[in-house]
Amino acid sequence: MSRERLVVIGNGMAGVRAVEEVLKADEQRYAITIIGDEPYENYNRILLSPVLAGENTIEDIILNSAEWYAENGIELIKGVAATRIDRVRREVELADGRRVAYDKLIIATGSKPFMLPVPGNDLDGVIGFRDIADVETMLEAARKYDKAVVIGGGLLGLEAANGLMKNGMDVTVVHLMETLMERQLDATAGEMLRKSLEERGMTFVMPAKTTELLGDDKGRVRAVKLEDGREIEADLVVMAAGIVPNVQLAKEAGIHCERGIVVNDYLMTFDPRIHAVGECVQHRGVCYGLVAPLYEQARVLANHLAGSGWMAYEGSVTSTKLKVTGIDLFSAGDFLGGPETEEIVMQDARGGIYKKLVLRDDRLVGAVLYGDTMDGTWYFQLIKDGTDISDIRGKLLFGQAHLGDSGHGEEAAVANLPDEAEICGCNGVCKGEIVAAIKEQGLFTLEDVRAHTKASASCGSCTGLVEALLAHTLGGDYSATPSEKPMCGCTDHTHDQVRAAIVENGLKSIAEVMRFMEWKTPNGCASCRPALNYYLLCAWPGEYVDDRASRFINERAHGNIQKDGTYSVVPRMFGGVTTPDELRAIADVAEKYNAREVKVTGGQRIDLFGITKEDLPKIWADLAKAGMVSGHAYGKALRTVKTCVGSQWCRFGTQDSTGLGIRLEQLTWGSWMPHKFKMGVSGCPRNCAEATIKDFGVVCVDSGYELHVGGNGGIKVRVTDLIAKVETEEEVLGWAGAFIQLYRETAHYLERTAPWIERKGLSWVKEQLEDEQRRKELFERFRHSQKFAQHDPWSELAEKDDPIFRPVAELA
Amino acid sequence: MTDNWVEVAKVADIPPLLARVVKTKHGDIALFHAGDGQIYALDNKCPHQGGPLSEGIVHDCRVACPLHNWVIDLKTGEATGPDEGKTRTYEVKVEDGRVFLKL
Repeated sequence: MSRERLVVIGNGMAGVRAVEEVLKADEQRYAITIIGDEPYENYNRILLSPVLAGENTIEDIILNSAEWYAENGIELIKGVAATRIDRVRREVELADGRRVAYDKLIIATGSKPFMLPVPGNDLDGVIGFRDIADVETMLEAARKYDKAVVIGGGLLGLEAANGLMKNGMDVTVVHLMETLMERQLDATAGEMLRKSLEERGMTFVMPAKTTELLGDDKGRVRAVKLEDGREIEADLVVMAAGIVPNVQLAKEAGIHCERGIVVNDYLMTFDPRIHAVGECVQHRGVCYGLVAPLYEQARVLANHLAGSGWMAYEGSVTSTKLKVTGIDLFSAGDFLGGPETEEIVMQDARGGIYKKLVLRDDRLVGAVLYGDTMDGTWYFQLIKDGTDISDIRGKLLFGQAHLGDSGHGEEAAVANLPDEAEICGCNGVCKGEIVAAIKEQGLFTLEDVRAHTKASASCGSCTGLVEALLAHTLGGDYSATPSEKPMCGCTDHTHDQVRAAIVENGLKSIAEVMRFMEWKTPNGCASCRPALNYYLLCAWPGEYVDDRASRFINERAHGNIQKDGTYSVVPRMFGGVTTPDELRAIADVAEKYNAREVKVTGGQRIDLFGITKEDLPKIWADLAKAGMVSGHAYGKALRTVKTCVGSQWCRFGTQDSTGLGIRLEQLTWGSWMPHKFKMGVSGCPRNCAEATIKDFGVVCVDSGYELHVGGNGGIKVRVTDLIAKVETEEEVLGWAGAFIQLYRETAHYLERTAPWIERKGLSWVKEQLEDEQRRKELFERFRHSQKFAQHDPWSELAEKDDPIFRPVAELA
Repeated sequence: MTDNWVEVAKVADIPPLLARVVKTKHGDIALFHAGDGQIYALDNKCPHQGGPLSEGIVHDCRVACPLHNWVIDLKTGEATGPDEGKTRTYEVKVEDGRVFLKL
């Protein structure tokens, strides 16, 4: 079978990324040719500034090596320009006369520097700042000459100016506008930036309009002439007054172009065989010049080229970070604001810090940060997600670190950490290793970093730190993992989309979900299968048959696997209360099955370590005889309800906290959850049961019960939020069941209540539960699902005597 | 050990996408019932830190180690992705629903 021919004009970041995405979606479908006019493999154009500044070398910024093209069977025609697209014969003509036939064509010709239309713009020594050749020209000029003028005080111009200055040149920036980087900064931040660049020795002439470039008798530029008659000496002029989408080829081929090549939401041009992606594109009237949007486009395009065809590109919100070492600057979204917006501003002129947040309708729509950009990624995420910030408005300006923190809010610290600081405690990965991997191996996404370094690949609690490191290392180029990320590499659908589809379309098995949602792998992976199993279990209680092959071993074996392959066994002790008989039974099984350690857990029960898999059903049978059931200490499930002694014994106790804890545990045990779930009941505000760091905590007071949610201990402690105060135990149980069901139905698998509440917003959670009708419905759904969940898995398995716990054969 | 085929299980003993263990003098061997319907046999030891592969989640012809999530190719015994390492594999044949290992 001959494959369709996919030809890409443009060997830059957008074109190659599109090819990578196509290969990911369907490796076999196309025979691929990439045509690039530069004599290099695909490199990271955004890192040209650090190359110019001498902080990186060209080898450092190559993204795809020659081997990559070879391994993927891609024909790379480099150093040859495409000169014409023949749409009738479906061929691309090259400068050397060759013709390359296509079935599908991607135009990814990028953009070119806007050369001011003034006399002298073609003199020697007048260049743009776009590619490796320009960098080489600048570096050579810096060796031979002294004076450089950069026209344009935008992002690119200032990075060029900084690089030239680092190479010893005397640099003047001529800028048309009143303030620097006016497209990314407001006047205040622009002024602060100007001051600090001036302190470094840069000279600014602004506002000023260039009218002519004057040459010497050898045809080389010697000065820039301004409208007011001033002349500024220059041996090198870098035009950085903007970029223009490179549409020439498309235009000549009769494809509809305006400022860029006009494409629809599927990145398709006027000609259905021809797509376009990247800086050359105009989508819904907008041309993008930053990398993150291009990557989003590439994904959508690949989705269509691979024949899936359901994704749409709806435009991007962009953020900017200036790559001038020592200057921290960030902006995103609508940072100028307008009549219908409000601003929160902090300005410390002497400390060199300025922060402005622009809000509309309780949502962040724009941000400018100068001097302290630690929270840039976080703000950017809030902007993109349209998160309701009314709950955190008072703390917003001070950054994520000042919020109640759920284990992924450490962005603020990451930039200041030394290289040897351990980021991933599970796999022992240090900051330096991660940064090196990102730079040397050209990693762009969280998944890349996980695969290459293992950082955040285990418990995931350092995910935020790793994302922050990516953002910090790559600057504005980090295509911040959208918070609406696909479940895993097996699908492009998000957790929420999958959950909704299960319910709306009545999907009742993992296989059905995978078929309906067009899973890319035959039977998923270790990440999506347990999630799907849970979602189905939650959606169809009593109907869905649990798929044990999609359970992690702990939940399959109903014990925690230890590093030597043995298991630990924790029987449930309701409310932490036990009896001499139970203790005797535990002591007996501990001896009988050679428990190698007996330990009291933090959740007020007893853990037996070192039990072999074969012995598990036997130990469970013995415990069942003594009336004990599984403690689910191994599961994404209700774990423990920790209690203090309460009014029955304690002289300070206001209510029967132990009794209430027992009732809560009796109501909720056996329930499967998105993640582990812990509760606590304290008999008075002294809070001896530590109820305020539990997923659901009750603090008894004289007049009733305070209900707290969303706490956790762990790496980063998060204290609960108070959601209600009630008067009776019945009400406590009602709220607890409803809260749990809300969490079960709307959290992502492996998302604890703390990040779930931060994602959905405390106000939203409150709103759902304060409505009595809704609360009752939630509680009823919880009770219904408990009918099927409250069976002790231990006694059931012990009775079944499932051979899977034993070896299938023993060879002598 | 001389090379010979030993019957160790019936296919029906190994539920789809799960694994069973064969104990031998030289350590455990895991039998996997993979996504392609075939049975594969590997040492029950992840090349990373010796985790029991038989307890991992099987998908397609791979298993994710239960300890640190290394993904091992059941056909070759090799770690996939950027991880490097290899677990010993054994030849398997199935006749009339009976599983034989070449030892």
